[in-house]
Amino acid sequence: MQIKSPQFKENARIALKNVELQEALSQFKYGFPVNRANAIKRLPEFEELRDEARDLKNHIIQNLDIYLEQFESKVVENGGHVHWCRTGDDANQAILDICKQVNAKTVTKGKSMVSEEINLNDYLEKNGVQPIETDLGEYILQLRDDHPSHIIAPAIHLNVDDVSETFHEHHKRPKTGDPQALMKEAREVLRKQFVSADVGITGANFLVAETGSTIIVTNEGNGDLTQTLPKTHIVITSIEKVVPTLEDMSLFLRLLARSATGQEFTVYNTLSTGPKRDTDQDGPENFHVVLVDNGRSEMVGSEFQDMLRCIRCSSCMNHCPVYGAVGGHSYGWVYPGPMGSVLTPKMIGIDKAAHLPNASTSCGKCEEVCPVRIPLPKLMRHWREKEFEKHLTPKAVRFGIAGWAFFAKRPAIYRWLARSSAWFMSSIAGKKGRIKKLPLAGGWTDWRDMPAPQGKTFMDQWKAKQKAGE
Amino acid sequence: MSKAEILSNIRHGLGRGSATAEQKKAAMKRIQAHKATIIPKRSQLDQAGQIKLFREMASGAAAELIDIHHLSQLPAAVSEWLKKHDFSTLVSASDECLNELDWAALGDIQREQRIAQSGDVASLTTSMAGIAETGTLMLYSRPESPTTLNFLPDCHLVLLKESDIVGSYEDAWNQLRRKHPDSMPRTVNMITGPSRSADIGQKLQMGAHGPCVLVIFVLKDV
Repeated sequence: MQIKSPQFKENARIALKNVELQEALSQFKYGFPVNRANAIKRLPEFEELRDEARDLKNHIIQNLDIYLEQFESKVVENGGHVHWCRTGDDANQAILDICKQVNAKTVTKGKSMVSEEINLNDYLEKNGVQPIETDLGEYILQLRDDHPSHIIAPAIHLNVDDVSETFHEHHKRPKTGDPQALMKEAREVLRKQFVSADVGITGANFLVAETGSTIIVTNEGNGDLTQTLPKTHIVITSIEKVVPTLEDMSLFLRLLARSATGQEFTVYNTLSTGPKRDTDQDGPENFHVVLVDNGRSEMVGSEFQDMLRCIRCSSCMNHCPVYGAVGGHSYGWVYPGPMGSVLTPKMIGIDKAAHLPNASTSCGKCEEVCPVRIPLPKLMRHWREKEFEKHLTPKAVRFGIAGWAFFAKRPAIYRWLARSSAWFMSSIAGKKGRIKKLPLAGGWTDWRDMPAPQGKTFMDQWKAKQKAGE
Repeated sequence: MSKAEILSNIRHGLGRGSATAEQKKAAMKRIQAHKATIIPKRSQLDQAGQIKLFREMASGAAAELIDIHHLSQLPAAVSEWLKKHDFSTLVSASDECLNELDWAALGDIQREQRIAQSGDVASLTTSMAGIAETGTLMLYSRPESPTTLNFLPDCHLVLLKESDIVGSYEDAWNQLRRKHPDSMPRTVNMITGPSRSADIGQKLQMGAHGPCVLVIFVLKDV
């Protein structure tokens, strides 16, 4: 996917004026976050589970090499193959090689963000293999030559009419605005693809070292058909997804669905362990796991290590006021929202992604809802520091920070300025105490009023209280 | 080459070389112990409580539950459900407990034992366990129960014995380990209700790519 992160500000400006997107986003706020809150109310142990999940992920990272090698040996023992891929290019090549080995013409695909990360579809197409997305949202996007705007609800930016138009154009069937009829249509069209595909590619939510199993978590059942019907099943996944045991996996499963969609449990949690057994009547004859690194191993031991705990639930973006205002496409690459603002600079470079860690109000909601307690605001601050160190920060910002530092180091002037600004702002605010337009703060006042400071400054109040002996 | 580089990066980040024999042994010990983490109290009930919870949670996930009091009643119950929905074919698993039954009650309904194909309207399988915690069925692949039966037909009919209902996922994993002590079956399917999607206009609809309907015939053998 083309990188558009450097144009974040322009993307956001366009998104804010896109009426249909804003309608979709306003509806979205009442979906996942409300469902999550209700699911948590029903599970008193939720906070304890989060602590345990954080600690377990930290334990896994400390032993990552051991668990990965153990996972590999179990996959091989079960008759499968593991391909270790340092880069996205390595992974694309490995997958194409497997497709060529089995003379594949078409490939069905379950939803995989790692495959988006490495541009797998483009690569396969260029090399004569036709990928067919089978997740309903991803399928719609593929027909529209579009990209996901959310990691678990990829077509969240589209409304029913958009889908209706797209299906009418591609399926050549009468137009309908009924979501149930549209879904039935996709089901019928894709059924033929499921059955005739040569290879099925899925992602994996977790890899179990104990058994050499991969697991996918889906509501649609598309991933399950993708990995059952073709003769070859390829799992594309990343190195941080390994967990020691089935019990450990269960801990994450309890957190994943509730944090993501607010479901008690996702409809299908399906484990794959090697190719079909000799006596099995169905299932793939070949089983491959493509383990992608793409910069993750460099995060071990770095200030971004905590990000390796991420289980891709999307809770951070579901609750983020910035994502909620500008949507996923504004972020300009594969991973949007707070988790994307930490991962994207690592994967495409801070020079291209510097806007993203700045696109945060630092409200802390993302950390508050993260099932594995990733300190996302702190990690975004680390990227801002790196941006500053590399002199990537725009001049106006550097000048502003330098100006602030000058006064901050001179408390008397700073306090006088704070006092004067508060007086000025409250004097122009009128009786209601709200400012409709403020010089240099159009980014705020174009959208909402600025509340004027009330009463004295903090330092003045503090001094007065000290004097009064309170 | 990639493998060596990835592992070397990880080890560099961890500030050590290859894991020591001791570290490896500790990790393997942890795997072999496969200790449970926190299990929510909601499923730690007596058997009657677990059965009640399973029913509530499975219904909550939009599964249809039909009670039978003796296994011999299954063919008639399946037949009644298929006729009600005007289906004339059934593709079935071939577990011994199903094969032993008299399927004459199906009448004109054609019953075949094979893998599922595109166009099949209804399948019948058994289940290894029902997990009360979330109303989840656990099924696994084996010669008698091909996996396509669980996903390809429009309607999935499943036999669940009340005596196979357990509290938590961990209970089900232990049951699976007892059945398959040496290695996992090729696939294990945890199923909670029929397939669904909200990808079109954020409107939740039942019946995406997997079965549109999940019917659980609950054998009251407790």
